[in-house]
Amino acid sequence: MTTATTAIPQSDPRARRNSFLLVFSCTILGAAAQLLIKTGMDHFSPHLLALVTNIPLIAGYSLYGINTLMMVLALKNGEMSLLYPIIALTYVWTTLASYTLLGEPSNVYKNVGIATIVLGVAVMGRRGDK
Amino acid sequence: MSPLLKSMLLVFAASVIGSLGMAFLKMGSAHLTRSPWSFLNRKLLFGIALFLGSSVFYAWGIKGKDAQLSVLYPMVAMGYVWGLLWAKLFFDEALTKQKFMGLGLILLGVCFVGLGS
Repeated sequence: MTTATTAIPQSDPRARRNSFLLVFSCTILGAAAQLLIKTGMDHFSPHLLALVTNIPLIAGYSLYGINTLMMVLALKNGEMSLLYPIIALTYVWTTLASYTLLGEPSNVYKNVGIATIVLGVAVMGRRGDK
Repeated sequence: MSPLLKSMLLVFAASVIGSLGMAFLKMGSAHLTRSPWSFLNRKLLFGIALFLGSSVFYAWGIKGKDAQLSVLYPMVAMGYVWGLLWAKLFFDEALTKQKFMGLGLILLGVCFVGLGS
């Protein structure tokens, strides 16, 4: 009888699915962090009292930090090439939120640009010939 | 220099530093074990430091009324272009035709978004 394995092999589908879910959550949290940091920076003032009471900035950076740690865990078990296209969703969420919540003007150049970027990231990460 | 151009240059710098941070996070994550202390390895900490450093440039770049997030955030995607370079240098990953295609599309997309500013 063999002893239980301690390490999860890279090809384990469960580990892969967990990496997927983790990275997907990261894209939503990442976009939220961007919005909070933007809001916080627009009220930025280089004074200690202003900094420690800048809730959006603090919340944004905290979220960004948590997001970074989650990404490290996802990258440990998952294949970078498979996770790339999912990470690109952050561009979609952030742009949509900029239009709706920050009131930035939407136009065809930006939208085509975002679609092209996401496509580019997907193509770059696709598993193909070596 | 126009405020938006200054913002773009800051975000550009952030993309270079951030992608380098990502490469170090990848190197450092290979040293992670079940012990929480394995987080304190040099490469991982350096990666985190670069990540934080890039976020300072980025935050500085997106500050202000002229700094549209819908223009500047997509510029972060240029990090993928540098990422390919680090992948080649540090992990000896092959630069395939499809990676070049992806790279071209990302740069094209960033140009489009820039036109929309």
